[in-house]
Amino acid sequence: MNQTAQTPDTPILSVNNIEVIYDRVILVLKGVSLTVPAGGITAILGANGAGKTTTLKAISNLLRAERGEVTKGTIVFEDAEVQSLSPDNLVRRGCIQVMEGRHCFGHLSVEDNLMTGAYTRRDGKAAITRDLELVYDYFPRLKVRRSSQAGYTSGGEQQMTAIGRALMSKPKMILLDEPSMGLAPQLVEEIFEIVRKLNEEQGVSFLLAEQNTNVALRYAKYGYILESGRVVLDGEASALRENEDVKEFYLGVAGEGRKSFKDVKHYKRRKRWLA
Amino acid sequence: MDFLNSVFVKPFADMVAAPDFLLQVLWEGLVAGVLYALIALGFVLIYKSSRIFNFAQGIMVVFAALTLVGLHEKGVPALLALPLTLLVMYLLAVAVERVVLRPLINQPDMILFMATIGITLFLIGFGEIIFGGENKVMITEALYIPTGSFEFEPFGGFLLIEQKDLTAVVGAGVLVAVLLLFLNKSRIGRAIRALGDDHQAALSVGISLSTIWVIVWFIAGVIALATGIVWGARAGVSFALEVIAYKALPVLMLGGLESVTGAIVGGLAIGILEKLFEIYWGQPLLGGNTESWFAFVLALIVLLFRPQGLFGERIIERV
Repeated sequence: MNQTAQTPDTPILSVNNIEVIYDRVILVLKGVSLTVPAGGITAILGANGAGKTTTLKAISNLLRAERGEVTKGTIVFEDAEVQSLSPDNLVRRGCIQVMEGRHCFGHLSVEDNLMTGAYTRRDGKAAITRDLELVYDYFPRLKVRRSSQAGYTSGGEQQMTAIGRALMSKPKMILLDEPSMGLAPQLVEEIFEIVRKLNEEQGVSFLLAEQNTNVALRYAKYGYILESGRVVLDGEASALRENEDVKEFYLGVAGEGRKSFKDVKHYKRRKRWLA
Repeated sequence: MDFLNSVFVKPFADMVAAPDFLLQVLWEGLVAGVLYALIALGFVLIYKSSRIFNFAQGIMVVFAALTLVGLHEKGVPALLALPLTLLVMYLLAVAVERVVLRPLINQPDMILFMATIGITLFLIGFGEIIFGGENKVMITEALYIPTGSFEFEPFGGFLLIEQKDLTAVVGAGVLVAVLLLFLNKSRIGRAIRALGDDHQAALSVGISLSTIWVIVWFIAGVIALATGIVWGARAGVSFALEVIAYKALPVLMLGGLESVTGAIVGGLAIGILEKLFEIYWGQPLLGGNTESWFAFVLALIVLLFRPQGLFGERIIERV
């Protein structure tokens, strides 16, 4: 819809009109298309149940383990058709997901958690140790907690562990699901700062799903807004921030003064999302 | 008064009076304990990595021992039969992963548990068709397991240690040490522990469930073979062996389902305690045969106070 506005960079990932069905009956995604340029930070925004997580899982191919299935459309990561690859194969190719709710290995130490990220690598111990130090450079706090059981670390530390673990796989793209969930605002900023640094210094592309529209649009370059399984709006992050509808529905900023309830109803009836 | 005396005083007086006999009892208990620990270890590994309570662990012991003896009976030299049996256990692991685990991914634990009962019944039938149902003798000599015995005279008494028991204890010790090293230090071992914590996360970092499951079931098969050889050497090889697997249940309750340490300590503790109880309390007071239930009562008491077992993983819950 707004393809012309997008930078002409070569996409590292393109999702073309996919449809996802869970358990053979529940239609969750009803035709989602998006692209992530190489070296970009792209955000998928939307409320609970809009299909953000499902989109990410379709890309990382973790859907199958949850009885979900992509029934239409294609997903292309670099030159490869994702649907024919197993999750470990995708990780090996450089596409890794950091799941919602962090999912650290609770009984493993923080360092062991990080090391599991290097499971698919075959480039030798020295390179892995070097990358471990690199992760500790980005997350100094993890170095302090390296030998604690991950289950006993704080939410912020767990989020860092989860991102660090993904980093250990030497990814080209990280799918980051809801990194702000359950974290204090200050920590959210800290995590997003690190995402930006990783993007700039390590050249990792990010596709992140967020409910925290405000933060996400400040760090992302491009955004897609999902509503009940469809992309209803997309554009440059700066443009989305200024968009009246986004302000109204996602940023909680009303256009002009206080509206009466009647106006709101009218407004919503008039402004149907394009679908 | 007399009763209290026979419960609290006399057994200990007996122990002190005949320390050589006490040592003999402890040794017998230790040997049995090593076996319980081995079987429990098989359970723990599979439970840790796939949250499946593998009912088939016991029959895998019988099946491995039967295969070894059966191959030898068909004329395969013992030292060739051993690797061939390992190969069979590997194929079994692959088959279980393909036919049972993969199609049942994401199903409730109960369904997977039922599936392992299915595996049990299949292995019983399959083993009987191929190797017959009659009792067999473990090929102890052919495997170069020494069968003599050492005799000691501690405290001026008499202690008999059979060489095959000693071999069993040492062999089991080495097996466990190697296993612990593998779990804690290797890349695959780390992946196995990770898988036990969070399947989804393991999948997301590129750990292939199928590969790990095959490896874990194969390790369980190796443990089963080791147990089968040792137990078979003591009691012969038959499907009755399967019952010793149920002895592993109280060990698991005592040690905790997820703990390798728990399996080892629990196994040894139950082996030794049940022997001591049988000799010093059971036979004089209860008419003997307490070994069949002692472990279960002990486990029940532990469960009352520590539902996760002595070494079970603390359920980490953050508020």
